[in-house]
Amino acid sequence: MVGKVEAVNGGVKPTTTTPASSETPADLAPPAFSFRALKLKTKQQELLIRVTILCLVYVLAFIARLFSVLRYESMIHEFDPYFNYRTTLYLTQKGFYEFWNWFDSESWYPLGRIIGGTLYPGLMVTAALIYWTLRFLRFAVHIREVCVLTAPFFASNTTLVAYFFGKELWDSGAGLVAAALIAICPGYISRSVAGSYDNEAVAIFALLLTFYLFVKAVNMGSLAWALASAFGYFYMVSAWGGYVFIINLIPLYVLVLLITGRYSMRLYVAYNCMYVLGMLLAMQIRFVGFQHVQSGEHMAAMGVFFLMQVFYFLDWVKYLLNDSKLFQAFLRITVTCAVVVGAVALGVGTASGYISPWTGRFYSLLDPTYAKDHIPIIASVSEHQPTAWSSFMFDFHILLFLFPAGLYFCFKRLTDATIFIVMYGLTSMYFAGVMVRLILVATPAVCLISAVAVSATIKNLTQLLRAKNKAAGPGKGATSVKASSKASLDQSLPFQRNGAIALLVGAFYLLSRYATHCTWVTSEAYSSPSIVLAARGAYGNRVIFDDYREAYFWLRQNTPSDAKVMSWWDYGYQITAMGNRTVIVDNNTWNNTHIATVGRAMSSYEDEAYEIMRSLDVDYVLVVFGGVTGYSSDDINKFLWMVRIGGGVFPVIKEPDYLVNGEYRVDKGAAPKMLNCLM
Amino acid sequence: MEAVVSRLQLALIVSLLVASLSLLVRSASPELQILTAERRIDLTLHIVRVYLTLKVENTGTSPASEILLAFPPTQVDHIAQIKAAATVGKKKKKSYLPLVVKPTERPDAPNGTKYFSVSFLSPLSTGESVTLEVFYTLTHSLEPFPVEISQSESQLVYYHDSAKILSPYDIKQQITLVKTPSKKVESFSRVEPTDFAGTELKYGPYMDSPSYSFSPIIVHFENNNAFAVVEELLREVEISHWGSIQITEHYKLVHNGARHKGVFSRVEYQSRPSFGGVSSFKNLLAQLPPRVHSVYYRDEIGNISTSHLRTDFRKSELEIEPRYPLFGGWKATFLIGYGLPLEDFLFQSPDGRRYLNLSFGCPLAETVVDKLTIKVVLPEGSKNPSAVVPFSAEQHLETSYSYLDVVGRTTVVLEKKNVVPEHNSPFQGQEEDTGSTCCRSIRRLPITKARLLQLPSNFHACGAIDAGICVFLIVHCMCGLPAHGYINKQMTALSCFLK
Repeated sequence: MVGKVEAVNGGVKPTTTTPASSETPADLAPPAFSFRALKLKTKQQELLIRVTILCLVYVLAFIARLFSVLRYESMIHEFDPYFNYRTTLYLTQKGFYEFWNWFDSESWYPLGRIIGGTLYPGLMVTAALIYWTLRFLRFAVHIREVCVLTAPFFASNTTLVAYFFGKELWDSGAGLVAAALIAICPGYISRSVAGSYDNEAVAIFALLLTFYLFVKAVNMGSLAWALASAFGYFYMVSAWGGYVFIINLIPLYVLVLLITGRYSMRLYVAYNCMYVLGMLLAMQIRFVGFQHVQSGEHMAAMGVFFLMQVFYFLDWVKYLLNDSKLFQAFLRITVTCAVVVGAVALGVGTASGYISPWTGRFYSLLDPTYAKDHIPIIASVSEHQPTAWSSFMFDFHILLFLFPAGLYFCFKRLTDATIFIVMYGLTSMYFAGVMVRLILVATPAVCLISAVAVSATIKNLTQLLRAKNKAAGPGKGATSVKASSKASLDQSLPFQRNGAIALLVGAFYLLSRYATHCTWVTSEAYSSPSIVLAARGAYGNRVIFDDYREAYFWLRQNTPSDAKVMSWWDYGYQITAMGNRTVIVDNNTWNNTHIATVGRAMSSYEDEAYEIMRSLDVDYVLVVFGGVTGYSSDDINKFLWMVRIGGGVFPVIKEPDYLVNGEYRVDKGAAPKMLNCLM
Repeated sequence: MEAVVSRLQLALIVSLLVASLSLLVRSASPELQILTAERRIDLTLHIVRVYLTLKVENTGTSPASEILLAFPPTQVDHIAQIKAAATVGKKKKKSYLPLVVKPTERPDAPNGTKYFSVSFLSPLSTGESVTLEVFYTLTHSLEPFPVEISQSESQLVYYHDSAKILSPYDIKQQITLVKTPSKKVESFSRVEPTDFAGTELKYGPYMDSPSYSFSPIIVHFENNNAFAVVEELLREVEISHWGSIQITEHYKLVHNGARHKGVFSRVEYQSRPSFGGVSSFKNLLAQLPPRVHSVYYRDEIGNISTSHLRTDFRKSELEIEPRYPLFGGWKATFLIGYGLPLEDFLFQSPDGRRYLNLSFGCPLAETVVDKLTIKVVLPEGSKNPSAVVPFSAEQHLETSYSYLDVVGRTTVVLEKKNVVPEHNSPFQGQEEDTGSTCCRSIRRLPITKARLLQLPSNFHACGAIDAGICVFLIVHCMCGLPAHGYINKQMTALSCFLK
């Protein structure tokens, strides 16, 4: 059957599945075969086109992310990916158990860090599995290549999930549009270009997969789908701390369904199975462990779980009791009891410390000003800043306008699935507004909702066109005079048709602008590894600044192997991964005091700083100065944060000492303390 | 009484035996005399090259078949290569015939002197004389003093040797010329007559030096050349079925000069290149074969962007800069990889064996390699490989795995210590054919011979290849050809081109 498909449409669509193309000559060989016999039914044609488009989108999602490899080289980008790369390397070299029990003495000197218990292993294990599979098949690839290409590979997989999700939400057309939109959406590409080997690379795939499977489970009421979504959740937990979003969004969704009276057996099965299994599985990840039942961030899910039971119980009682008055009384007592018991349990739990309070990051999500006042270390990270409007425009482009339109369509056809996507879209949009990096979480929702808008609009418009064609076609052929008179009578129809054409053209123009914008953003903004800087020389030639790696490699080659390097925490992961030397602090900012000590050393007078550094056993200090080449993110630029973080723990360090009349100056007119400090 | 007599007899017999033995020894080393000796020591680079011209006369009674060259034990460990040639003919028709040089032991060597014996082409009969040219290179023989220098200082080194040539023979007249890289010579020992002019230091002439005369000298001079030493070099040569050779070279480079002291100032280094860091080096030149393609230069943490490749049809030059300029004692590791067309290096003999002709040493110019390992990975299924190298090198076989391998690839491993650029000479390899006529039709041995003669000292790695490989090779041939029938024609054309 597939072969026949190819014979007719092969010329139109260049890419199809491989078995199809291999069978084609065999089918064409017998001369008795006429093309008419090969003619497909409309449904088959549609299937073929859909599969072809999906394949193309799959490939597109992969190759759009390879700009960085072409522009620079196959290398790991940024800061955190270097840590992930280092741990993956360790995992592939030493095996899983060594990795799980790894105590890393090379970072956070002299404290050390228990790597196995303080990371999300999903990404490393995924990459290692891919690597081992390829090795087993005797592909002599280097682990670095696997790590570099993990993100694009999972981005491609995400497009598939987006297609199925779209299909579940609306129809297959919306699914295809969603897949195409998410494949090139800059908000997602920013975190999944080749080389950005970070947790988010696989986490977005896992996030969307979990949501899709859960929605599917709710729609079907099937235990199997719920089980699958529990495993999807497990993968998400193993990959990224953002799983907290899932475990809060799904209960919220269930709560909304309960309130809007959409409670059903399907929902009960899906949520209970997913929650209980997902919780048990998530507790297997050491970094999460019992947090899943103890921390305040996970309490909503548990509360909704118990609420579901109460709901079900009430339903059952209602079924048993025919007397509505009795039921009303019962309901009142039960609800009161449940609420009281829940509140007391929560109160006791919190008071006894069994339930830990919310963490700073969680607070800062709910209250954007929280971090700035209380935790400077979170506020100092650029990706934790509130999002500017321009970056929304930059990352979403037309999706930003399609999003409300999609919401309108979703509300017009309200189902369990559309309610979910609306909630996902609205909450994630809020979070995206709070933190720049959470644009990433909002991207799939925005793409899906926009896809609904695009798909529904275009479908309506084309239906309008087609209806006109059918009506006008035979009319014109028979009697032109009558037709024209009819047309003049029915003024609105041709106008509507022209309008539809104009709108359609407009829609395609917008979509093509979107594609152009995405390509441009990807190639210009998101494909720089930030380790290597490239600039245009005076004659248009490409100048490469490779100073970071020069410094790290020098450390690696020419310092004693047990040397301790002190630097600001940004460079910690890179020093351990590329320089292979022990660092005092790194990007895993788990110990604020330790970082503050380094900040204090950096901002003290040289003799005091020397004492602090001796106490930390420091051999080398790494500072970055970008003044010669005009590189703006150097340590002078970051210096005020060192002062703030240092001052947060050691009140000796005061920010005003480093400012001149409230201004930060680094030239001759700088504050005396600024001029004489270590930095 | 009888006991005493018998003991006396025994003693007599023993003494007779000893006497005859000593006679034998004496007859084994006939009296040779060196009439004139001229030695030129080139200290301009960090590899010391010594050219020795000896005029030898046989003054003994029996013909002499070999001559001994003596070296002090401190020097002999640093000898990377030693070659000798006999000069034949007069001035204009002068030609050099290479002689066999091999290390030997002597029981009566004073103070642990080590010897190399040079065999004459034909035994030297009494009264006959012959002129020999001896060339040897010394590595790690320049000792930096002061041991540590700062960035702006230039590097001074010591060179130790003897003013008079160490030899087991009497030397009638000898002269030693030492060439320094610049006029800046701090000090030198005087063994009169000694003369210093320009960049040349002249010891001698000394008349009638007895055997084993030794007068130590020290030359202390400035040498700012790149003291580039590759501590370990691993060259992996992978022969692909698809008609290319992939070579990957892993370097552990170190600046072996005076150690760097104090801080390194990048500002000073870049603003005043002539003052800041004269003793350092920042680039190296690698000479690669012609038609090289897909060259890359990287290290553990990624690509190194500072390299330039110049290619023409005779040779390719790759100029590489490590990530940072190398000062004394600084290290850098990196790897260079490149691909080469297989047909330039693989040849087949009529018996079905294939020869691979590769260069042995390190492609970096003026670099000492302390330990060189070459791994020639033959295609999967190759059998009984053997390597032919014109000097001593350890050999063994391994199995390695690469893309889509099932049984693994036979790998020939060659190891050699203390390699200098003079070792860059061709070597060969063979493979066995199991009966494909098509393969046999590709007769390319003439090219092999021609190339072997051209190249000075190559390594000859031979791997026997079975039917599977043959098929692959044929496939490769077909790729560039219109049809099977043209293979022969194409090959002939190609061989003409190569000649």
